[in-house]
Order: sequence, then C-alpha cells, then structure tokens
Amino acid sequence: MSFLEYAPAPESRSILNLRDEYGLFIDGEFRAGTGGTFATISPADESHIATIAHAGDEDVDAAVQAARRAYDKVWSKMSGRDRGKYLFRIARLVQERARELAVAESLDNGKPIKESRDVDVPLVAAWFFYYAGWADKLDYAGLGAKPRSLGVAGQVIPWNFPLLMLAWKLAPALAAGNTIVLKPAETTPLTALIFAEILQQADLPAGVVNIVTGAGATGAAVVAHPDVDKVAFTGSTAVGRAIARQIAGTRKKVTLELGGKAANIVFDDAPIDQAVEGIVNGIFFNQGHVCCAGSRLLVQESIHDEVIDRLKTRLSTLRLGDPLDKNTDIGAINSAEQLTRIRELSAVGEQEGADRWTAECAIPDKGFWFAPTIFTNVQTSSRIAREEIFGPVLSVLTFRTPDEAIAKANNTPYGLSAGIWSDKGSRILAVADRLRAGVIWANTFNRFDPSSPFGGYKESGYGREGGRQGLLAYLKGAGA
Amino acid sequence: MTSTDLAVARDRVRDLVGGEPNDLTLRGFLHGLPGVDAVGLSQRADGLGTRSIKTTSKAWALDKIISLIDLTTLEGADTPGKVRSLVSKAVHPDASDPSCPQVAAVCVYGDMVPYAVEALGARHGDPDHGLVSVAAVATAFPSGRASLAVKLADTADAVAAGADEIDMVIDRGAFLAGDYGKVFDEIVQVKQACARPDGTSASLKVILETGELNTYDNVKRASWLAILAGGDFIKTSTGKVSPAATLPVTLLMLEVVRDWHRLTGEKVGVKPAGGIRTAKDAVKYLVTVAETAGEAWLQPHLFRYGASSLLNDVLRQRQKLASGHYTGTDYVTID
Repeated sequence: MSFLEYAPAPESRSILNLRDEYGLFIDGEFRAGTGGTFATISPADESHIATIAHAGDEDVDAAVQAARRAYDKVWSKMSGRDRGKYLFRIARLVQERARELAVAESLDNGKPIKESRDVDVPLVAAWFFYYAGWADKLDYAGLGAKPRSLGVAGQVIPWNFPLLMLAWKLAPALAAGNTIVLKPAETTPLTALIFAEILQQADLPAGVVNIVTGAGATGAAVVAHPDVDKVAFTGSTAVGRAIARQIAGTRKKVTLELGGKAANIVFDDAPIDQAVEGIVNGIFFNQGHVCCAGSRLLVQESIHDEVIDRLKTRLSTLRLGDPLDKNTDIGAINSAEQLTRIRELSAVGEQEGADRWTAECAIPDKGFWFAPTIFTNVQTSSRIAREEIFGPVLSVLTFRTPDEAIAKANNTPYGLSAGIWSDKGSRILAVADRLRAGVIWANTFNRFDPSSPFGGYKESGYGREGGRQGLLAYLKGAGA
Repeated sequence: MTSTDLAVARDRVRDLVGGEPNDLTLRGFLHGLPGVDAVGLSQRADGLGTRSIKTTSKAWALDKIISLIDLTTLEGADTPGKVRSLVSKAVHPDASDPSCPQVAAVCVYGDMVPYAVEALGARHGDPDHGLVSVAAVATAFPSGRASLAVKLADTADAVAAGADEIDMVIDRGAFLAGDYGKVFDEIVQVKQACARPDGTSASLKVILETGELNTYDNVKRASWLAILAGGDFIKTSTGKVSPAATLPVTLLMLEVVRDWHRLTGEKVGVKPAGGIRTAKDAVKYLVTVAETAGEAWLQPHLFRYGASSLLNDVLRQRQKLASGHYTGTDYVTID
C-alpha cells in the first residue's frame, strides 16, 4: 500500500445540530420570511443542507426598524465597557463552539476543514476579542474624545469566508456602538444563522444584530433602505460600483472591499522552497476564492523554470476531495456559477496562447470541482492576467528588473494586496514602498491579523477593515 | 565506496563548486544557495504536522517507525550488560507480540560495538534482510574536539570491531569559523576510514549538530557540505545538545536531499535524532519524509529515527490499535 494514500480521516458531522429550516433573525428571534424560501447545498456533493428563508422588502424593513429601536433604546446608551463584555462573551462562545462552526463552514462553503478549523474560526474569535478591547477605549481611536457611533449599519458579505467576513463586519461596528442588519451570501448562509444562535446564547439585546438571508435583491434592499446610516460591502467590483452609485447623494457612509488581482513577486534571491509554499498558499488557499489571492505570479526570468518546476512538483502533492476530510488541501468550488466562470476564463487563457498545466487528481463525480491549474507564458495583455478569476488558477509572468516588476505589479485596475519574496531586506522595503496595494506581504502571503488594517487601492475599494483604522469606518468625531 | 567511486565523486564536486574544494570555492557554492525563511519553514512544518493519520495508515505507520529506529544508548555508564539488554529489545521490541518488527539498528559508543555484535550474533546484518545493524558514534563524539588522527583512529576501531554504520560529528567550530575546506576534508577522510579490508565500507552518517549551528541557513549549508563530501546520511544532532531534532530542521534537510537527488539522481539518507519521544511526533516525521523527499525514503537505508524512549510509546500505540485500549507503562519493557 502507498502510505501517501492516507486512510480517510473525516471530521464527524455529528457535532452539528442543524435545523431543517432557518428563518430570518430579526429582533432577537427567528421568524419566517415573506419572500419564500431557498435551499442551501453542500458544494462538495450537491446535497441539501437546510431550507433558508428569503427576506423580502418587508422583512428588510422590519430588520432595519428593529435595529433602529435597539440603537435608540439600548445599544447607543450602553457604556463601552458593557458593549465590550458582550463582545468578549461572543468571542468565547465562538471558541467553545469552534468545531461545530468549522464543520458547518466546510459543509456549506466547500472549503477544507483544516482551513475552517485552523484559519477561519480562530480568526473569527480573534476579531471579536480584538474589537471587544476597543469598545471602552474609543477616546483613543484618533477622533478625539467621545466619538459617536453612526447608527444602523447595513452590511452585505460574500461567500468565500462566510463567518470570517461576518466577524470583520460585526465586531468593529458593535464595538463602536452601531446596530446592524447583515445579509450573508446566498450560497453560504449557514454559519451566520448558527452565529445568530450564539448571539441568543450571549444574551445580546434584541435587535442589535439582525440577519436577513436571501439573494442579491435582499442585499440591495438593505443598502437602499432610507434608515440605514452606513453601508459596508465585501464582494465583486461590479456590485460595489452599483452600491456606490445607489447611495451617491445620500447621507450614508460607505466602505467597499472589492476584487483583486494581486501580484506575488519572486526575486532571484528568494528563499525558494518557502517562496513555492507562499505561491501555493497565495493562490490555492481556499480554492483561490480569496479577493487578495496572489493570482499573478511575477517571477524573475532567471529563475522562472526552476520555480515552475518546483511548483509543479509541490502541486502534485495537494489532495483534492472531501472538504470534511482532515487531510484535504483543496476543497470544492463554492457554486456551479463560480465553476462556470473559472472554466470560461481558463478556456480564454488557452485561446490566448498561454500554456496550461493542471495537477493530476481524481475529480469526484458529484459537486463542483476544479483542479489546481497554472498558466505559464502569460502576457500582461492576456485576460487571465487582468481579470479576477476567483478560483485555483495561477497566471505566471516574468520580469527582468525590480523596476519592471513594480511596473507590472501596479499595471492593474485593482490594488488590494501584493507579495514580495527576497532575502534582501532593503529591496523588500524599497519595492513595497512603490507598490500600490493596500496589503503587502514580505516572504509570506495570506496572513491576517485583527490589528492590521486591510483594504484596497483603485477598483479594489475604499475604507479599511481591521485595526484602529477599521474602527473609524463606524465612528464620527464628537463635533461632526 | 571504491576508489574509482571516490574519484568520480571528487570530479563532480569540482564541477559543482568550480574548482578544488577549499574554503574559497566551497564558500562561493554554499553561500550561493537560496536562503531559508525561518517563518515560512516553520509554517510548512506545522502544516505537515496537522496531517491526520488514522486506522490502516496508522497501523502501517507505527510498524514502519519501529523498523526505522536506531535504538540508542550513549551514556558514560554504558556497560556490556546494558548493551545486551538494548540488543534484546531491538530484536524483540514487544515481548507480548512476536509479529512486532525489529528496529533498524542499535547505536552505541565505539567501545561497545563488540558487545553489540556478539549479542546480536546471527541477527547482525542489513535491516533490508531482516537483520539488525550496529551503528557506532565516532570522531570524538559528541563535541568532535580532537585531532584528526584521533578521529580517524576512533572511526577505524569501530569499523574493525564490526560496526556497519559510523555516526560522525562535524567540526562545528571550523564550520562556524568559515573553514569549510577543513570540515569537508575531515568528512572525506572519515569516509575513507570507514573502508574495510574487503573493499566494502561502513555507511557514514554525518551529524551536523543543528542546535549549535543555530540558523537554518547554516543547517542548509552544512547539509550540502556533508553530502558533497560523501556522507551517506545527514543527521541532525548528537542528542547531547538542545535543541536536538525538530520538525522544521528535519524538513529542511529533507529538502536538501530531495534537491541533491534532482541534481545527481543519488539518494542520501536523513536521520533526526534526539527529542522525538512520542509516536504522534514520529508520525509527523514520517509524513514530512513522504511529502518532501518521497515515499522511496521510507526505508532503513534512507531514513532513521535516532531515539531511545520513542520505541516504547510506539509499542503502546501499537497495542492500543490492536486491543482498543491503552495499556500502562508496565506492559512494555523498560529496555
């Protein structure tokens, strides 16, 4: 037998205590929606998980009203110290129920359990702990004494990190004293609804957080509601544009965290084995469903062949399959729709003359899957070097000098993140200084921390999430 | 290694480092290797450590670990009796289960080799043939602070007494002082001292003592140096210095032997030694070997654990897998 064909090591689903149907979480309770229902499925085998309520305009209105009441009567009057207690309690409950949340996340999203268990859920707890600490220290946020909250925040989040994006949105908003109407993504509502149970467990006052599930129209209704003071959105640049247009001329404040086409720059003096790991982690982490993914590899021409050779060897050891198996490295693509887009753009890559290489791995019969793929011989003018694929597809370009690397890295409508690999500290700092991207990783990639602000340049959006800067999106100065 | 092999190896080193191997050429070569990022290396090792090895894979892994152990006693208080006891444990690790595999080798000080050879008797030989080898530490182990003549005599003595494998230490002082030529020459000469009159040669494990080299860049360079000089194995530690073997350092050394194989087609072994005490940890090493160098390395001539207390933990895990419950420490023999 081959040792590398590790025996199955599935994480048990028995820890889950799912309901057959989930309603909308409004005013501290689950209630039926007026917009009918939809099903959420497991992208790994297309099996039905639960029936979810679809929020109509009336439901969104009820949620905003509940949030307004909670804001006026409870949350805006509560001391920062007491708000912090609720956030600490939520953080601890997330830790207590970490395994359950990880299993639910992998089931609903398709991401490998090792990622939901080791990355997503621990970061969710970290985010709540971090902002819990801020709740009674807002005087030091940089807006002078006694900054004020904004009111009701409407938040729309994506499907790639369902629970983590919820935490990124809720934690700073609550710490700052706002109440919330949150709309999870249509394909991944499950963990947000389990999180609603955690909010009940934490005894969070009714209406402080309301969760309305549904499709694009529900999100649009949240954004458009006249009593929403603040809009926060993470998702595609196309939707982000529509939101910016929609709220233009209103009093609403907005933060947008949109797409990316990050350059991961590998210089010839890079620590090569770690750089290969970083390339893998940069683009194949979470099946490439990462807005800050290192989807454009810029490698110095002199080491191109060696890097690609090592990369292919490494990719051949990745395990694609059951997201709940603890040894799975690459899970399922989140939806049929996303899979279609990845396939289309990959076909375009081939048509444009790039060389395609796909890791050999058995693809399960059911579900949505895409094997790790790299395109070499990609030119800056290729569509696969310009457009966000949002899948496990890497485009490889070369450069000759640091100047050329910087020029190519910046030559994109996006500017969310970038990576630099070099053993030379002075070069890392000099290059980082000239890259137009919100987050720049040096000799690592896709590392997140609640104390570090995250956000984009250009079409990657505006505003910052995380750190003190993330708090500012939910506050105004006392004089404002 | 025959004298023609040696000549071929010398030519290859000349080609690789660009001239006769001396401080200057070796420095140019070793410092031209890509660096190692410590954070990234640890992250990768942590990732490999999360592999979940269950059921049939676990059963296979536990037996494989036993068959890759160099069961070791390296104490000032070692006696012939202690060595006989060690040998007995090596041959029959689990008194309650005759199906339990033997370990690969026993590892002792040079003067204990005759007792180990005698105790093994007909069981003495190549682990590939179901036998148990005798490994001896040599070259003024563990510090290596002696003249070259003493180190060579130490090595030749152990080989003459019947040692199949020699675990030498490099001169860390010379390495840290940049005297790469000296370290290289010493390994080459010890390798020659491993030769037997019949033309065969004891296998040479080169101990880098990674805990004293301190940086991963140094470990990488020392690994290349040892391989260039003809080491059959590169070994992390003597076990007398802390930290001894760690997963990141072993991963790094496995990356070097993988790269050497890509370059030359030759396979060099890796031996983490010291500090691996639990079956759980040992499985992480097994995973790291398989996913870095490849499954071909999971055999006694290419991978060993230098350990003493590890064996009993593996045996208890093995008993648990068979019976479904854990036994107490009195259900395995202390040595």
